[in-house]
Amino acid sequence: MATFKFELVSPERILFSGDVVSVIVPAVEGEITVLAGHAPMVATLKAGIVLVQATSDNGKEFFVNGGLIEINAGATTILAEQGRFLEDVNAAVLDQEILTAETKLTGSQDEDEKRRLHEALVQLREFKHVFDSRKAA
Amino acid sequence: MPSLKDLRNRIASVKATQKITKAMQMVAAAKLRRAQAAAEAARPYAERMETVLANLASGVSGSSAPRLIGGTGSDKVHLLVVCTAERGLCGAFNSSIARLARDKANALKAQGKTVKIICVGKKGYDILRRQFEKDIIELIDLRAFKQVGFVNAEGIAQNILARFANGEFDVATLFFSKFKSVISQIPTAQRIIPAEIPTGAPKTEAVYEYEPGESEILETLLPRNLTVQVLRAILENAASEQGARMSAMDSATRNAGEMIKKQTQLYNRSRQAMITKELIEIISGAEAL
Repeated sequence: MATFKFELVSPERILFSGDVVSVIVPAVEGEITVLAGHAPMVATLKAGIVLVQATSDNGKEFFVNGGLIEINAGATTILAEQGRFLEDVNAAVLDQEILTAETKLTGSQDEDEKRRLHEALVQLREFKHVFDSRKAA
Repeated sequence: MPSLKDLRNRIASVKATQKITKAMQMVAAAKLRRAQAAAEAARPYAERMETVLANLASGVSGSSAPRLIGGTGSDKVHLLVVCTAERGLCGAFNSSIARLARDKANALKAQGKTVKIICVGKKGYDILRRQFEKDIIELIDLRAFKQVGFVNAEGIAQNILARFANGEFDVATLFFSKFKSVISQIPTAQRIIPAEIPTGAPKTEAVYEYEPGESEILETLLPRNLTVQVLRAILENAASEQGARMSAMDSATRNAGEMIKKQTQLYNRSRQAMITKELIEIISGAEAL
């Protein structure tokens, strides 16, 4: 299988770096699967799970909340605003995130800012839902 | 001539001081390793962000560019964000950042510009307050946070952005100390609004697809870029502070060691002199009989 270089970086550290076969990311306008040779692209991300399929194993999952993905011929990079290993995520963490998003929303005055924060909050709530159902299954 | 007791006390007190500086040095060394790792871990994100931003910004033309890149069109009011440490005893670390900021503020004032200052960290405030009491609009205290992270940087960035949106200033400059090595920290001034776009960045040949539009991405990216720049400044500063403290405490320990050596020699010499004197007294007393 053709592989490509992939990096998942959060402001605090590099979460993943290496050659992968495919990456599935939650872009704002729908999920994107990136394979080797994908057309150059920049997309913003929403809250969700990034699935990284490394060469042999079954894939690693990461939680990201906002950020963007840059795909070019050389390498693919996700700049996540927040990123964690999915194992480290639980309901309490998500509730905390939702709470921070809510406080931010009530605290902001700017209309554009409000719209953006509201979107982020909706995305987070959606993800919480998905996360809960995944755990139940 | 100090008495033997005086000398003994003096040596004891220098020894106690040496113990303190030695301990501070070791604590700084341990903290430095953590701070340095954090600063280095944050670098790839900031670098990546810069290249993406450079690619995006090269696409927008002068007048249609967002204000965070294009500026407000004037440069009357300058905001200086001065990041320093919360604690002293770290050599020239705080004063060299403050000096850089002070020189800049004086130069701007000489040109008839208005200067506003936000201090991040108490030490810089203490130094700048003497001259710019009226210009300092805010002091951001990070002492309560043990591990300064993205959340703090975001708070500061939001604060700056809100002031920018209110039209409180036209140009913002960030002052911090770049961590080069344990013995060398470079005080740096970086313009953050309007954003400094690295020119001559290697242009990728590829034409990007954007999802959603180019301008929407740029709009979300610019405030985030500000946060990242602030975060980088704080983390670099933390590493620099520990490095500066380590080398300052190292030389303090060495100075104390030298002082102990000198005082001990003096003590031994005067003790010897006293014994000789007593001996002479006894001998001459016996001879007189």
